[in-house]
Amino acid sequence: MTTTALPVVDEDVVETAWRDAPGLIGFLTSVDHKRIGVRYIYTAFIFFFVAGLQALVMRVQLAEPDLHVLGPSAYNQLFTMHGTTMIFLFNTPVLAGFGNYLLPLQLGTRDMAFPRLNAFSYWVFLLSGLFMFTSQFMGKAPDGGWFSYVPLTGKTYSPALNIDFWGLGVIFLGISTTVGAVNFIVTVFKMRAPGMTLNRMPVFVWSILVMGFMILFAVPALTVACGLLEMDRKVGTAFYDPLRKGSPLLFQHLFWFWGHPEVYILLVPAIGMIATIVPVFAKARLKAYVWVVTAVVGIGFVSFGLWVHHMFATGLPSQAMGFFSGASLTISIPSGIVIFALIATLWRGTVRWSTPLLYTIGFVSIFVLGGITGVMVAVMPFDWQVHDTYFVVAHFHYVLVGGVLFPIFAALYYWLPKMTGRMLSERLGKWSFWIMFAGFNLGFFPQHILGLLGMPRRIYTYPAGLGWDWLNMLSTVGGFLFGLGTAVSLYNFFWSRARGAPAGPNPWDGDTLEWSLPSPPPHENFAVIPAVSSRHPMWDGVLPAANVEGGGVDAALERQTPITEGMDTVVEDIMQVPEETYVPFLSALGVGIVFVGFLVSQVTVIVVGVVLAAAAVGVWTWRTAEDIR
Amino acid sequence: MSAAVAVPMATGRVRGLRRGTWGMWMLILTELMIFGALVGSYFYVRAGQHPWPPAGIEKPPLGKISIATVVLLGSSVPMAWAEWAIRRGHVGRLKLGLAVAWIMGAAFLANQAVEYHDLHFGIRPTVYGSLFYTITGLHGAHLLVGLVMNAVVQAKAWLGKFDGQRHHTVEIASLYWHFVDAVWILVFSSLYLSPWLLR
Repeated sequence: MTTTALPVVDEDVVETAWRDAPGLIGFLTSVDHKRIGVRYIYTAFIFFFVAGLQALVMRVQLAEPDLHVLGPSAYNQLFTMHGTTMIFLFNTPVLAGFGNYLLPLQLGTRDMAFPRLNAFSYWVFLLSGLFMFTSQFMGKAPDGGWFSYVPLTGKTYSPALNIDFWGLGVIFLGISTTVGAVNFIVTVFKMRAPGMTLNRMPVFVWSILVMGFMILFAVPALTVACGLLEMDRKVGTAFYDPLRKGSPLLFQHLFWFWGHPEVYILLVPAIGMIATIVPVFAKARLKAYVWVVTAVVGIGFVSFGLWVHHMFATGLPSQAMGFFSGASLTISIPSGIVIFALIATLWRGTVRWSTPLLYTIGFVSIFVLGGITGVMVAVMPFDWQVHDTYFVVAHFHYVLVGGVLFPIFAALYYWLPKMTGRMLSERLGKWSFWIMFAGFNLGFFPQHILGLLGMPRRIYTYPAGLGWDWLNMLSTVGGFLFGLGTAVSLYNFFWSRARGAPAGPNPWDGDTLEWSLPSPPPHENFAVIPAVSSRHPMWDGVLPAANVEGGGVDAALERQTPITEGMDTVVEDIMQVPEETYVPFLSALGVGIVFVGFLVSQVTVIVVGVVLAAAAVGVWTWRTAEDIR
Repeated sequence: MSAAVAVPMATGRVRGLRRGTWGMWMLILTELMIFGALVGSYFYVRAGQHPWPPAGIEKPPLGKISIATVVLLGSSVPMAWAEWAIRRGHVGRLKLGLAVAWIMGAAFLANQAVEYHDLHFGIRPTVYGSLFYTITGLHGAHLLVGLVMNAVVQAKAWLGKFDGQRHHTVEIASLYWHFVDAVWILVFSSLYLSPWLLR
């Protein structure tokens, strides 16, 4: 293995061209993708711990029969906000955060394709999260479940603002997800270092690319579902009202047209993380790279043919449902390819049992169990038996915790040293993993049995003597154990910030370009842009592309970075990375005010928001490339 | 350190789509899905219902809207011509093309306002009205954004920001304009033509 030959330059000189203003001003104006990415991850984790505490409160309520820790209405709000927060405000944004942080580093460039849009998407994420959580402080949190089916969520049965916080908040957040996806796609196609052809792209980058396209195709359906819901609620239209010829089922179709791909929008980048981490800790190249990439793309396509399997109990024609049942079984093929490629890589490699790999193994074992129950519920007669029971709750927690949360923890243990410059404690990491692993299985495995015994989901309490008591108690104990495991990792994080060993550039002997940089990387990332000639640049050697237009230190001093042509990465242009600016924050704030206006049905507030957003976007777009060059 | 590296050198000319163009195409893709979901909802709701439009509502009259459709789709011609002109450095023709396209777009929007006023059914009483006004209204909102973009590009042209080499903003704005025109074909054939053509 060759070491890298990127030249050492005087950091201080380059840094001055890129440094953010200090303090709050820098916080509000930064367009640095690393800062935004880390901020995304931290913010998402705050939401994660809040939603985790919500889950624990629910588990206390369910620990024994006939408990009244919570009333039914508070319980409804809790399970709705737990699901909404975990899906919308934790899983999706935390993956976007890793994408933001890693994409330019792994691609060998100095920032994202649209740095200010990147800042904008963070602010929209934060403000939409605060928007939704405001309802919690008002005691009017959404209470229609995380998928908020009509007619329950229509004006007749939910007259208060609770559902509006949800419907509008989800549309608001969708703006962030969408512009983030556009940014990812364009970054992948235009910002790759010279020589990084598509077949040399890191798997994680591939997965973010696929995720980006899935978001662009799926999120509009959610926006329309919630948009029509809010039209019905605020304007009085008839979309979901059968008395006026509307259709409540339409909401389910639109929601799940997004909702099912969403599971894979989360799973695909998680696979990308795992397929990055496993080879490093196996000290072996990823087996069947082409197959893994093809499988990831295939998952992206097939995931759009599955949505009706959430609706098997709605009385649709059985031929139509048969198609979706078949497609649901099909998705296990590409998922299986990925799993087998990972196993083969481990099999042929020399394995180091560090914490990131432990979480990876946790992913494989839990996700496979979730996949097996997934195949079970994809079969209609079985689904009819367990629909809306705890079996389904157990199934999707196995898929989402095993398939997404464990990879996120693996990624944290793997990449946090790069972000903070400090190693996490291996000892605490292993404790955290084993407590989480044991707690998770103890907490959720009994829920399969509870479901088969007929316990419906979303009930706030249950009578004694149904055979559910001890299983629920077990589940509660497991839930708290799982929470304890995550708390150990949280402690580990703070411990590492204070006492962790310095990470150095490449503590894991990783193969991708982010490991060629100091930890944490300097603001400009690469003082000299690397030239890539292999899929594993850090293992096969990487050379400076100083003689490429925009690649040298002189360009770094000017805040410039090369733009390459999509396929063969020939440099075709130079991008001027924008200076820090308030404009993204103000635009997001304007959009946020518009949504507050919709919420309280005040036209003046909407107008204020539109004016602010339009003014900010006007300033933003007034100076364009035509002025700079 | 400066070893000769076999890396592709800059050719000095842009060969692929530029960043902004890529970004606009991706936005168009996701916008297309929004309209697709709405038109899909229209046909989904319609599938179970006879007659369509529901009793008491006439089929949409095709007279004025057909002319307006020709005007809107036609507005892509001066827009394309404006873009073609600035590639060759003709700023005057750019301004003229933008202005003609703007007037045609505004005329379409004005006709839409008149039509809303003339139509005798409301947005609330039946889902037909809800779908009709929501989808045409969303398209109108897009056209309004297009008119604003067009005006901004016009202003920039007057300030001398564009020439034969520097006109990327014009290309992006024109792409959006063509999208708003093209998606009208989907909206028009679904909301106006299909009640006449399909049973």
